[in-house]
Amino acid sequence: MTNAPGSPFPSRIAGAFARARSQGRKALVLYLTGCDPDFETSRRLLLAAARAGTDVLELGVPWSDPSADGPAIQAAMRRALAAGGGMGKALDLCRAVRADNAEVAIVLFGYANPIFVRGAAKFAAQAKQAGADGALCVDWPADEDPELAQALSQQGLDLVPLIAPTSTPERVKAIAAVAGGFLYYVSLTGITGSQLPNLGEASARVRQVRELSGGRLPVAVGFGIATPADARAVAGFADGVVVGSAAVRVIERAVAAGRDPVPELEAFVRDLRAALG
Amino acid sequence: MSTVPHAPGQFGPYGGRYVSETLMPALEELAAAWERFSRDPTFRAELDRLLREYVGRPTPLTEAAQLADQVARAQGRRLRVFLKREDLCHTGSHKLNNCVGQILLAQRLGKKRIIAETGAGQHGVATATVCALFGLPCEIYMGAVDVERQSLNVFRMQLLGAKVHSVKDGTATLKDAMNEAMRDWVTNVGTTHYVLGTVAGPHPYPTMVGELQSVIGREARVQIQAATGRLPDACLACVGGGSNAMGLFRGFLDDPGVRLFGVEAAGEGLDTSHHAATLGKGRPGVLHGARSYVLCDDDGQIAEAHSISAGLDYPGVGPEHSYLRDTGRAVYLAATDQEALDACRLLARCEGIIPALESAHAVAGLPRVAAQLPDGASVIINISGRGDKDMGTIAKYFGAEVSS
Ligand SMILES: Cc1ncc(COP(=O)(O)O)c(C=O)c1O
Repeated sequence: MTNAPGSPFPSRIAGAFARARSQGRKALVLYLTGCDPDFETSRRLLLAAARAGTDVLELGVPWSDPSADGPAIQAAMRRALAAGGGMGKALDLCRAVRADNAEVAIVLFGYANPIFVRGAAKFAAQAKQAGADGALCVDWPADEDPELAQALSQQGLDLVPLIAPTSTPERVKAIAAVAGGFLYYVSLTGITGSQLPNLGEASARVRQVRELSGGRLPVAVGFGIATPADARAVAGFADGVVVGSAAVRVIERAVAAGRDPVPELEAFVRDLRAALG
Repeated sequence: MSTVPHAPGQFGPYGGRYVSETLMPALEELAAAWERFSRDPTFRAELDRLLREYVGRPTPLTEAAQLADQVARAQGRRLRVFLKREDLCHTGSHKLNNCVGQILLAQRLGKKRIIAETGAGQHGVATATVCALFGLPCEIYMGAVDVERQSLNVFRMQLLGAKVHSVKDGTATLKDAMNEAMRDWVTNVGTTHYVLGTVAGPHPYPTMVGELQSVIGREARVQIQAATGRLPDACLACVGGGSNAMGLFRGFLDDPGVRLFGVEAAGEGLDTSHHAATLGKGRPGVLHGARSYVLCDDDGQIAEAHSISAGLDYPGVGPEHSYLRDTGRAVYLAATDQEALDACRLLARCEGIIPALESAHAVAGLPRVAAQLPDGASVIINISGRGDKDMGTIAKYFGAEVSS
């Protein structure tokens, strides 16, 4: 079972996008690094984000070598690692959030080595047991090595893939074929936290991704979306909007000033959600 | 895990392409281009000409009689030792072999900008050198710790016209420089070629860099037969990412009578946490785009490596070495900082050759390797680079003794 009992949707993630659609709006996907700045604050932040209208939480698994991330998420991972964060704690955090919130969809978002060292099958079983709905592994292409996709599928968890501006049509098809939940289209050729590019190309590419994937899954767009205005612009052509670095920076600023980051993040998420209609 | 052994880029269960989707098409393009041009006679001819006229190949194979004598006498046996002199390549190390090949390829791909990571600075200098020759803009990523301990090479790169970025994230050494180079590449992949400096990274780098460095082993194979009338009993090389070792090993992989030994950095000792013995103490994992041995904790967090030699200070290793280790085709030892320093001085005093601290690790492995070989055996040691860049570090360790 990947969803709440009685849910008509194949997974909680699919349910989140379907619910947003039925409410005439686009889904809000929010990335936070787990254990940033510490376990308990992170737990409260994730629950607050859900309360403020996040449809899908991407729970970032801190890793020592985040080579696809920009400075904001790199710094978040340093803070999280210093607080004892990692894959083990991310799973604990997922379980703790799930204990207080049965609805919000949760995707574990991280890099390959912590999964590989555990073993993909064990990771998938633990993720399932912790109440996660899917996983996104930045540097584990499913067509290159199907082991993770198979392990997740055996647990009924969704593999959420990244699709990039550089992805060829053949790759988009191959990626979409093993994907579940949603397709994450990366708005730009670059790392997280970069400047949002001209959206004309992203919009055309999202249309193309929908065609190539037969419209089987919703397409969310992320990287560089920092403000409610950005979110509204992207919502004009995507099924969902992913915000990461900007949310992490809200936390960083509050923590640096010695304030509790929870109310500020909650307000930030409410504004984003309001912008999505 | 791939069910097809030795599919392109696979070395048993190791290798592959574990990168973000943005880079996958570029790696596919690069693999196809390497496949095509590495067999193209015009490309080969141009590469061979550069290796001959610019790099200074073939490099000599020098018999080290006094060094052999010292080791053999202590063990009561006869021994012949030959040094493959990559220290005599232009820019002072084997790194240039790889750079000329990759930049020729980058030109064919129409890339307008070159980036690279560097640890000891030798790969950065080699990349900056070839970029100067070909008139290409060049940016080098180097850990802040390495910028400090290899400052001479930083200045060389700048003199050659390259921009050097000091990377402060993480442990501020080679692995972090690679992370930053990958971030640059992900951002500029359309215009930029990433000249990875060793046999690590995603496919096709381990294959391509291994093939470009295999000139070392091809030459050594001919040279040793000319010198002794037969193949060597053993080959010995230091292993950071593993490119100079792979280059030498490739000349002898199919000769079961030639034993292959790699020497990793044991830093302050394998029983401490301050070492870089990835094959000796690590476990299979995923780092910088490939499955291979890595140094990491049970949670999968990459460990901080340590070595006196910046070029070996890396918690990963090329996937082909992982495969050679598991199959037993190659055996991997480790030498401590102190053993490397002693070996550096020994080679200087015996043969008048000051090796890079990286290469000194290979020399340090000689007594242990010789002890396993029959009487009268011959050994090739790869002297991957010269020691000029390390004079500051070495002087600090030997203190008054060197400056007197
Ligand atoms: C002289 C020298 N030898 C060896 C190495 C280690 O690299 P590899 O193991 O790829 O040969 C380096 C790296 O900087 C080097 O400069």
